[in-house]
Amino acid sequence: MYNFSTCNAMPCRNFLWPMIPQARLEIQKERVVCHTRVQRNVNLEKLQNGYLFPEISMHELQHIRKYPDAKLINLGIGDTTEPIPDIVAVSMAEYAHALSTVEGYRGYGAEQGNKALRKAIAETLYKDVQVKDSEVFVSDGSQCDITRLQLLLGSNVTMAVQDPSFPAYIDTSVIIGQAGDFEEKSGKFGNIEYMNCGPQNNFFPDLAKTRRTDIIFFCSPNNPTGQAATRQQLEELVKFAKENGSIIIFDSAYAVYVTDDSPRSIFEIPGAKEVAIEVSSFSKFAGFTGVRLGWTVVPEELCFSNGFPVINDFNRIVCTCFNGASNISQAGGLACLSSEGFMAVCSVVNYYKENAKILLETLASLGLKVYGGENAPYVWVHFPGSKSWDVFDYILEKTHIITVPGSGFGPGGEEFLRMSTFGHRETILEASKRLKNLFS
Amino acid sequence: MSLTQNISTSISSSSSSFLAYSVFPYRNRDVSLPSKNFGTCRCVAIPQEEKTTYKTNVSRNANMAKLQAGYLFPEIARRRNAHLPKYPDSKVISLGIGDTTEPIPEVITSAMSKRSQALSTLQGYSGYGAEQGEKPLRAAIVSTFYGGLGIDEDDIFVSDGAKCDISRLQVLFGSEATIAVQDPSYPAYVDSSVIMGQTGLYQKDAEKYGNIEYMRCNPENGFFPDLSKVCRADIIFFCSPNNPTGSAATREQLTQLVQFAKDNGSIIVYDSAYAMYISDDKPRSIFEIPGAKEVALETASFSKYAGFTGVRLGWTVVPKELLFLDGFPVAKDFNRIVCTCFNGASNVVQAGGLACLSPEGRNAMQKVVGFYKENADIIMDTFNSLGFNVYGGRNAPYVWVHFPGRSSWDVFSEILEKTHVVTTPGSGFGPGGEGFIRVSAFGHRDNVLEACRRFKQLYK
Repeated sequence: MYNFSTCNAMPCRNFLWPMIPQARLEIQKERVVCHTRVQRNVNLEKLQNGYLFPEISMHELQHIRKYPDAKLINLGIGDTTEPIPDIVAVSMAEYAHALSTVEGYRGYGAEQGNKALRKAIAETLYKDVQVKDSEVFVSDGSQCDITRLQLLLGSNVTMAVQDPSFPAYIDTSVIIGQAGDFEEKSGKFGNIEYMNCGPQNNFFPDLAKTRRTDIIFFCSPNNPTGQAATRQQLEELVKFAKENGSIIIFDSAYAVYVTDDSPRSIFEIPGAKEVAIEVSSFSKFAGFTGVRLGWTVVPEELCFSNGFPVINDFNRIVCTCFNGASNISQAGGLACLSSEGFMAVCSVVNYYKENAKILLETLASLGLKVYGGENAPYVWVHFPGSKSWDVFDYILEKTHIITVPGSGFGPGGEEFLRMSTFGHRETILEASKRLKNLFS
Repeated sequence: MSLTQNISTSISSSSSSFLAYSVFPYRNRDVSLPSKNFGTCRCVAIPQEEKTTYKTNVSRNANMAKLQAGYLFPEIARRRNAHLPKYPDSKVISLGIGDTTEPIPEVITSAMSKRSQALSTLQGYSGYGAEQGEKPLRAAIVSTFYGGLGIDEDDIFVSDGAKCDISRLQVLFGSEATIAVQDPSYPAYVDSSVIMGQTGLYQKDAEKYGNIEYMRCNPENGFFPDLSKVCRADIIFFCSPNNPTGSAATREQLTQLVQFAKDNGSIIVYDSAYAMYISDDKPRSIFEIPGAKEVALETASFSKYAGFTGVRLGWTVVPKELLFLDGFPVAKDFNRIVCTCFNGASNVVQAGGLACLSPEGRNAMQKVVGFYKENADIIMDTFNSLGFNVYGGRNAPYVWVHFPGRSSWDVFSEILEKTHVVTTPGSGFGPGGEGFIRVSAFGHRDNVLEACRRFKQLYK
C-alpha cells in the first residue's frame, strides 16, 4: 500500500490515516498509480485537522497502548453512559417486532417525521410557545441537521459563531464554502465572525462589537462553556438579529439541563419566530447518542429577503437529501415524551447533573477557575497562561483522564479545558479523587 | 425563472399537514407565469393577500430557486392523496413510489428488538458509535457482497441510506464538480447536484439543467448510453440494475464504462441498490470489473432487500485506490465528511443489518426479494399480453412500459383516474423518461393481481 509521510508537529491526526500534506505520497509498490482527473474540493483542503472528536479518540487509543493497565476515565467526548429507561427501550423493541407482522409493517415514513412524534415534540417541549407540529422536522441528530441547514443556506451566506463553539458549525461552514481562508496567526477563518465568549463578558458576546452576518449560530446551554444565556441576553440577541435581518440558528441540545429560569428555547423570546431556527436532539436528553434522533423547528414566519418562506426550502432539502429518521428511533422518541417516559429520561438527566455538581465542587475546592456545570453537562476550567493541548496532555499523562482541550472549539477556547459530566457515578468520584491528588 | 412554480414545493410534500402552510402567501415582485407545460399541472394558485410580513435580510439560496418543483415522490404522494377523497370507495393501489410492503423477516427484527432491550442494561448500553459504522457490520458487508474483490472492511461506510449518501457525496465533491447522469435516472442525483450549485439553470425546452451531461438510455441503445457521444464530466452517476428502467448493464457494458471513466479521469458513482434483484449473470458490483477500484465508488442500501425503507440503513464503498487529481485519497475526504456531517447510522438498526447478513438473514432476504420479483413477472406478463413494449422487470423491481407519443403525466393521470392505481410518470426521471410509465413491483400479491386485472380492463 502507500507510505504516507507525516508532515508537521500538529498534534491532531485523522482517525484512519495520518495527515497527508498535499501531493506528497511515496508509493512503495512498483506500479503506476491511477489518479482520476477530478479536482479535490478546495473547501475540504481548508480544514485544518480531522474533526475534533475523532482526534480525541485517537489520543485515547495512543494512551491506552502506552499504558495498557491504566484505568482510563473518559470525560472527553460528551457521550452518555447510563442505560435508556425500560419504557423507552421496550417501545423500540416492540416497534421493531411489529415490523415483522403484516399489520405492523411500515415502509417509507414522511421525511419530516412521524406525525405523532412531531405533535408530541410541539406539545411537550414547546407547549407554552406555540410551535406547530408542521414546523417540527424530525431528524437523525443535530450534526446532520446542521449540515442540511448549511446546504439550505448555500455558500454565499456569511456566518457568526460563538468562540468557543461546537466544531460542527465552523467545519460545515468551511465545507460548504462560506468560511474563506484559514489565517494561521489568528487561528480563524477569514469570512467567519467569531463572537468571543469568556469570563470577561459573562460568556455572552458584546453584540455592539459584532459585525453583521446572515446567520448567527448560538448554542445555549453552551457546549463547551456550559453557560446558559439569560432571558435578557437572548432578547438582546433577537433584537440584534432583527436589526440586522439575520437568522439565528439556536442549538438547544442541552435545554433539559437548565436548572434555573434561563430560557429553554429561543421561542420563549417574543419575536424570535421571525428570526430564528432551533435545532435540538434526543442525544443528551434520552441517551440517544447511538440511537440517533433529533429535530429542527423552522417557524412558518421565517422568510428570506425576497419573502420566500425558509420552511419551504428546508422541506425540499429534507425530501431530497434525507429520507427520514429511523422509524424505530422515532418510536423510542415518542416513548420519551409520554408522561412516564419523560419522567424516566429526566431522572437520568438529573443523574448527570449530580455528576456535574460533584466535579464542579471538586474543581472549585482546588482553587481552579471553573465555569458551567450548573445548566449543562460540561465544566469549563480556566488555566490562564497555559496552552490547552498541554493541559490536556498533562492531565491525561498524570491521571489517565481524557478531557477536551478548549482550543479544539476555537481560538477563544485556548487556556481552557472542557470536562464532560457523563459517566457512571463511581467513575466521576474516581476522577474527582485523581484530580484532587494532582492539583492539591 | 418562474417563481410561482416554487410555491408548488410547499404542496408537494408527503405529509398532508404540509398542505396547511400553503396559506402562507409568498409574495414576490417578479412573479411571471410559466407557459403551461402540456400534461403537467404543477402550479397552484395561492391567494396573494396584502400582509406586512417581516423578512430577514438573508438571500435565498439561488440554487434552491433553480429546482423546478417538489421532489418527485412527494409529488406522487400528493396526487395520490388528492385522488382518495374524490373516490372514497375505490381501493387505491400504489405501484408508484418504490416502497416495500412485506413484513421484515423475524430473524432480523428480533435482532433489533434485542439490541433495543440491551440499551436499557448496564452491560448492553452503548452511546456514540464509530461514524463509519460498527466493525462487525462492515466486515459482514465485505464478506457478503465483495468477497474476493479486494475490498476491505475499512473501505465500507455504513449510512442511513443511499439518498443521504448521495447528498454527502455531493458535499464531498463540491460545487465545482460536473456530473453526468443516465436519462432517465433516479431524481436525487440531479436534484442534489442543483442544490450543490453544480448545475446551470433549467432549460425548459430541453427539460434539462445546464452543465449536466444527460446520457440517454432507451430501447434503441439497449438502455446503455452511447459513450462515444458523451462529453466528459467529473462524476458519472450510474445505477444498475436501473431505477427506473429496470435494465441491468452487462459485464461488457460496465467494462466499457470503466474504460470511459479511466480515459476521462472521471469518478463513477455506482448505485447498486437493486443488485440482489439480478436474475442472470450480470455484475452485481462495479468492482467485478478490473480497474474499477481506481475510478469508482459504490453506494448500496438495505431498503429494497430487507424492507428497510423506514428503518434506514445503507452503505458506500470507497476504495483506497480512488484518488483525486492531486493524489489525495477520496476515502480520506469522505471520512471527514462522515465524521463532520453525520454521526453514524442508528445502533439498533445496524444490529438489524448484521442479522440480515447472517446465513438465515440472507436466506430470508432472498425470499422477500423473490416475492417482489414474482410480482414483477406478473406485471410484465400483463403489459406484454396487452401488446405494450415492456422493459425491465427481470433484474429489478420496476417495469418500464412504453406509451409512444403520449405524455407520461397524462398516462399517469389516466391510469390513476380510471383504475385507481398509482404509478410514476417517466418524465419525472428526466426528459428521457417521457413516453414511459414506471410500475413498481412492491405490493401485497393480491393488490398486484388486482392492479393487473384493472390494467387489463383499461387497455384491452
